[in-house]
Amino acid sequence: MPADLTQSSGMVRPVRMGAIMSPWIAYCLATPAILLLALTVIGPIIVMIALSFTNYEFGSLGIQWTGLENYRQLLDDRTFKRALWNTFAYVAMVAPASVLLGLFLAVLIDGLRHGQRFYRLVFFLPVTATVVAMAMVWKYLLHGTIGPFNLLLQSLGLPSLDIFGNRDLALAGLAAINIWSLAGFNMVLFAAGLTGVPEDIYDAAAMDGMESSLDRFLNVTLPLLGPTMLFVVVTSTITAFKVFDTVAVITRGGPRGSTDILLYTTYLEGFSYFRMGSAAAMTVVFLTIMMIFAWIQARVLDHKVHY
Amino acid sequence: MNTPYRCRPAQILSHVVLLFLAFLFLFPFYVMIVTSIRSPQELFVREFRWLPQQFTGLQYYIQAVTDIPALTFLKNGVIVSGGILFVQLLTAIPCAYALAKFQFRGRDLLFAVVLFSLTVPIQAPALPLFLGLSAIGAIDTYFAAMAPFFLSVFAIFLFRQTFRSYPDEIIQAARMDGMSEWAILWTIVVPGCLPSIAAFSVFSVVAHWNDLYWPMVVIRSTELMTPPLGLAVFADSESGANYGALMAMAAILTAPLMVGFLLAQRHFIRGITMTGVK
Repeated sequence: MPADLTQSSGMVRPVRMGAIMSPWIAYCLATPAILLLALTVIGPIIVMIALSFTNYEFGSLGIQWTGLENYRQLLDDRTFKRALWNTFAYVAMVAPASVLLGLFLAVLIDGLRHGQRFYRLVFFLPVTATVVAMAMVWKYLLHGTIGPFNLLLQSLGLPSLDIFGNRDLALAGLAAINIWSLAGFNMVLFAAGLTGVPEDIYDAAAMDGMESSLDRFLNVTLPLLGPTMLFVVVTSTITAFKVFDTVAVITRGGPRGSTDILLYTTYLEGFSYFRMGSAAAMTVVFLTIMMIFAWIQARVLDHKVHY
Repeated sequence: MNTPYRCRPAQILSHVVLLFLAFLFLFPFYVMIVTSIRSPQELFVREFRWLPQQFTGLQYYIQAVTDIPALTFLKNGVIVSGGILFVQLLTAIPCAYALAKFQFRGRDLLFAVVLFSLTVPIQAPALPLFLGLSAIGAIDTYFAAMAPFFLSVFAIFLFRQTFRSYPDEIIQAARMDGMSEWAILWTIVVPGCLPSIAAFSVFSVVAHWNDLYWPMVVIRSTELMTPPLGLAVFADSESGANYGALMAMAAILTAPLMVGFLLAQRHFIRGITMTGVK
């Protein structure tokens, strides 16, 4: 089973040998990291939050404190609200599908007598591939006229689909790419959870009259995978929520805003239109949602330790 | 070992289902390779063919490294992800060692800040980092592409866990011999914790090799572009017409990580899923 985050809380700490050394050595060791932490994480986040209360635009000389004006504008901003909505719709497609597919693959492979290594290799391959490069491939694959996917559809006598040119399908097309690249990752996490399930339990279940493998799966495997399951769901949600690359290289938010997602809209606001104030307000919204996910994740990890 | 739930028909059915899914999962890779070696005319034939009708050789690959600076992008990928990893190890290892083996005022606070920072994605500090880098005139440099990632809180967190389990007796014996803490850390503790450092290295290199967001913010000139950014910009300028060259380029820029993965599968799987597992 995976190591846990909260080990320290439950264990008695051994006396540290370092305790007898003078602490200035520890400060020397930690100083470069502390400086970088302040310069690249903590400081910028404080500045970013402060910026969100101003009307600052990159390149302009003036900067004015405008209070909650940026946030009030976000509430009326149709583009922003659409981006938020699209992001949640995207997460609602990617997270459940990639978790279920990962679980399905892990369980099926775990039951095999031969070829486990081969299948794991194949399904993990998309996880290692550069997202931008594979996005190009998918864009061509699903191309409205010359894409192999459409040529296959046509050869089967079906009408062709221009997925990334269709308002109703573009977001689902992007979600399919993410499911493809995330399922193998989840499969590995589930596989780690499955190795913790002892064989004897299955034999016992069989003696108890659980004949079908579906019964055994629902009554034995799934409950034992519970903690892993919660964890994979939260991790996949966070990953899906941070989608950026495929949107930036395939659809750029189009067609007609149907794939505008939070990070891409924020990117445009800040680095294309250089409206730093309102981009900062969007980032604060993004960061708040991330923090909520992280909080849930920490709770899940806690849960896992007690299990 | 002939338990009922592993009977033959079920095994065969599993293989059938898995082989079908494996085919679907590999199909994009197949399309990438086969398109990169097709002749230009064939790309626009409105019929899907499994194999190229005539072998055009590696013309697209040659085009990718001569007309388009694919090799420059590869070099930049190595410089940027290598530079990031080097500084990350140099700063995170001593800090993790201090957190794991020393007691000092503010240690718990520092660790709490590390745990908080674990959840902060690069997009959160991006605006001020951009403003800061442009204030010092560093936009469009390797430094700008690397600087935000010089500190990895994840590395600190991971190495702290590893160093904690390193036996204190060995450290104490080395101190008796009069070794400096710096020497103890780098010549004794670090060599003893190599598996965890290797796993982190894979994780870090894969993450930064593949990153599009930050290079897109700070890099402008072609000579400095990392593989994802170079590919994105190239695809744009070609307006999607030259799919052969595009696929060849995608294959070249994914190849280093793919080859690494095939050679060291276990390390890769461990390194990449580490964030999920820990």
